[in-house]
Amino acid sequence: MAHLHDCWHCGAKDAASLFCRYCNTIQAPTPDYFEFFDMPRRLAVNAEDLKGRFYTLSRLLHPDRYTRRSEQERRFSLEASSILNDAYRVLKDPIQRAEYVLRQEGFTVGDQRNKDVPPELLEEVFELNMALDELRGGDLEVLPQLEVMRRDFLEMLAAIDRELEAMFARHDAAPPESRKQVLGEIRSALNRRRYISNLVQEVDKQLTARNA
Amino acid sequence: MSTFQIDFSTVQKRRIIGIDLGTTNSLAAFMDLTGPEIIPGADGSRMVPSIVSLADDGTFVVGEAARRLLIDAPQRTVYSVKRLMGRGREDVAEELRLFPFRIAEGSEQVIRLALGERLFTPPEISAQILKELKRRAEQYLGEEITQAVITVPAYFNDAQRQATRDAGRIAGLEVLRLVNEPTAASLAYGLDKRKEGIVAVYDLGGGTFDISILRLHEGIFEVLATNGDTHLGGDDIDNRLLAIALEDMASEWGEDLSHNGEAVQTVRQAVIRAKEELSFQPATVIDIDYRGRRYQRELKRELFENLIRDIVDRTLGPCRQAMRDAGLEPEQIDEVVLVGGSTRIPMVRRAVEALFKAKPHSELNPDEVVALGAAVQAAILSGDVQDKLLLDVTPLSLGIETMGGVVSKLIHRNSTIPASATEVFTTSVDGQRNVLIHVVQGERELAKDCRSLARFDLKDIEPMPAGMARIEVRFLIDANGILNVTARDLRSGKEQSIEVKPSYGLTEEQVEAMIRESYEKAEEDLIERQVREARVEADNILAAVEKARMSDAWLDLTDEERAAVDAALNELQVVYHASDHHLIRAAIEKLDAATRRLAENMMNTAVRQALKGTRIE
Ligand SMILES: Nc1ncnc2c1ncn2[C@@H]1O[C@H](COP(=O)(O)OP(=O)(O)OP(=O)(O)O)[C@@H](O)[C@H]1O
Ligand SMILES: [Mg+2]
Ligand SMILES: [Zn+2]
Repeated sequence: MAHLHDCWHCGAKDAASLFCRYCNTIQAPTPDYFEFFDMPRRLAVNAEDLKGRFYTLSRLLHPDRYTRRSEQERRFSLEASSILNDAYRVLKDPIQRAEYVLRQEGFTVGDQRNKDVPPELLEEVFELNMALDELRGGDLEVLPQLEVMRRDFLEMLAAIDRELEAMFARHDAAPPESRKQVLGEIRSALNRRRYISNLVQEVDKQLTARNA
Repeated sequence: MSTFQIDFSTVQKRRIIGIDLGTTNSLAAFMDLTGPEIIPGADGSRMVPSIVSLADDGTFVVGEAARRLLIDAPQRTVYSVKRLMGRGREDVAEELRLFPFRIAEGSEQVIRLALGERLFTPPEISAQILKELKRRAEQYLGEEITQAVITVPAYFNDAQRQATRDAGRIAGLEVLRLVNEPTAASLAYGLDKRKEGIVAVYDLGGGTFDISILRLHEGIFEVLATNGDTHLGGDDIDNRLLAIALEDMASEWGEDLSHNGEAVQTVRQAVIRAKEELSFQPATVIDIDYRGRRYQRELKRELFENLIRDIVDRTLGPCRQAMRDAGLEPEQIDEVVLVGGSTRIPMVRRAVEALFKAKPHSELNPDEVVALGAAVQAAILSGDVQDKLLLDVTPLSLGIETMGGVVSKLIHRNSTIPASATEVFTTSVDGQRNVLIHVVQGERELAKDCRSLARFDLKDIEPMPAGMARIEVRFLIDANGILNVTARDLRSGKEQSIEVKPSYGLTEEQVEAMIRESYEKAEEDLIERQVREARVEADNILAAVEKARMSDAWLDLTDEERAAVDAALNELQVVYHASDHHLIRAAIEKLDAATRRLAENMMNTAVRQALKGTRIE
């Protein structure tokens, strides 16, 4: 939740978050996405509620509203709107939102650039690479097989998304001290998800190259 | 979070105008009490053709008056300069074959156009168009105009946007906001159209094509995705027809005219006329009268459509991509709005209708709707319109070049702006003092396939072992779609100095020099105008006094009064050719004072005559 600081403009003590409660002047914005939206740090987010907050804050913070204000206010408005837009982009997407929380909690995310194949996928990946090789070699007979594999992967992604949703709920309900453990599970699921979604992208690229 | 804002800002209220700086036509508009209005010229015209010609005396001729000069002085006259904004020679090599412009050496980063003996960059040429619009606005509104909103194609990159802002500054305008053209159009439409829903704006003008998809919700115009081609428009159709006509003429006349500027412009204007007629009738004649020779060729709409099909088709890919990026199917789009003169072509309308499966709107004049929207945005900035807000996006992904020339994307295309990204950089060699960051724009994976934006040199890094420095660089795309970069040394917390080397466009120093020059020029212009005006006034009073000396009233004066008038008359004749208007005005005043009695006498005579019922003169 938003914590308060002194207003740079009127000097009122502990009076300000995004705006000063006394003089209404725009303040240096917090870089924390949840705090910015004045929302609890939860992994499950109500999309409609988030959108409503985004529109309301946009109206208050956008640089268009500060053209004729002081230089300092214009700077804060630019800074605040950029954080607002970045935060909205991240928080509205469950995957990016989870990665954001993971990073905040000190996990490293998404840097193993899909080199290691998750063991449970070894077989599928082997088959896929064979099929792609044949396709590159000009063998169009593998196309139906690739389509099937693509569908399988999409189903896996859907399954992971369902798992993630359940883990998000578990995380939000857990007492603070046991949240880290859930986050660890979430990270593994996300890594698996990223790996599969890269495979789908690769297939799509080969297929569109074929069709073009 | 506060829910209300007090407006303390209305103290100083300068008017902000909206400007559509188009490839073919430019317009200015302002927010009137009843809504946005186009600012007409003294002759009532609403558009200023984007044509600039350098006269022999070094002054510029802009607009309709310059159109004739395309033919009479093709070496000194430029059109469609917008296509050269923010570009280098290589970018425009293809089209220069048909554009008659002469490009000077050293045009890699900024094109330099030769007009007569002098060289000008595209922002300087565009500034002449802006000055003309500024002048019109000042005359029409009766006040000085120094602030403007200028529209740019949504798909303009950073360099093209900067070039537009530079043009504004050179013209003496503070550009408070660059607004994307299709978004501006939606603002003008959104005024009286539906308040909610998904709208696609298809904008095919003279030089550029844009598609934007927006969600309208409670006064917020949120762009979901945009795409386009900054080198696609009516000009391409004209060039296609032009090449064909020139070839045909060459075989008929046995003479290749494609290097003859005057002939090319004559043919160009003829094919444009034919093209525009084909939007309203099934056939036309390309009719060319060149130095007594006549070329005539019938052109049917069907053949015309076959000739331009691929050009029209090139707009469809970006439309599909924008829908994909917005995550929308054609059925989900509630309305399609047509903008730009080239959307008058029936084939274009059919293509749009087929793609979006909806009949497109074109109630508002497609030539004017962008300028009207710019005026609305100006009113949003001034605070006069408070219930609307534009949330636009960046059209191109922003990235930095990493090892092996691969691009690492920092801000993805279609991100709502302002948008930002932060990266921490370090050194790779012991004692390294500089880190160079190459920033590019585009969707490709390799930096060499993207558009180089600039190189940022982090300078004066504290010498230390490799990998120890920690410099945080913040990339921020502002509401104009222009990149701002700041850096901080995380170890010391101090601001890190950066030197920016833009890949295309003018440096800050160059722009400032141009502003100074145009300012000095403006001063010269002003002085000259004041002298000219003073002389006109002198002419009037001299003529009046001359006439008065022939009248009876002159004889009614005393000898002394007559001598005083003659002295003052003489003085004015002496200073008449001085280049200081103060001198002339002082002499005018003296003569005026010396002739007061004379004027009274004349009045009385006139009154007496009038009472007698006879008319004087
Ligand atoms: N009736 C018509 N039929 C076909 N084309 C037309 C017609 N009327 C105008 N055009 C074309 O429209 C183009 C000019 O449109 P517009 O004024 O919207 O462009 P612009 O705003 O100057 O360009 P841009 O937006 O690309 O910078 C010219 O190429 C012109 O020939
Ligand atoms: Mg236009
Ligand atoms: Zn305060």
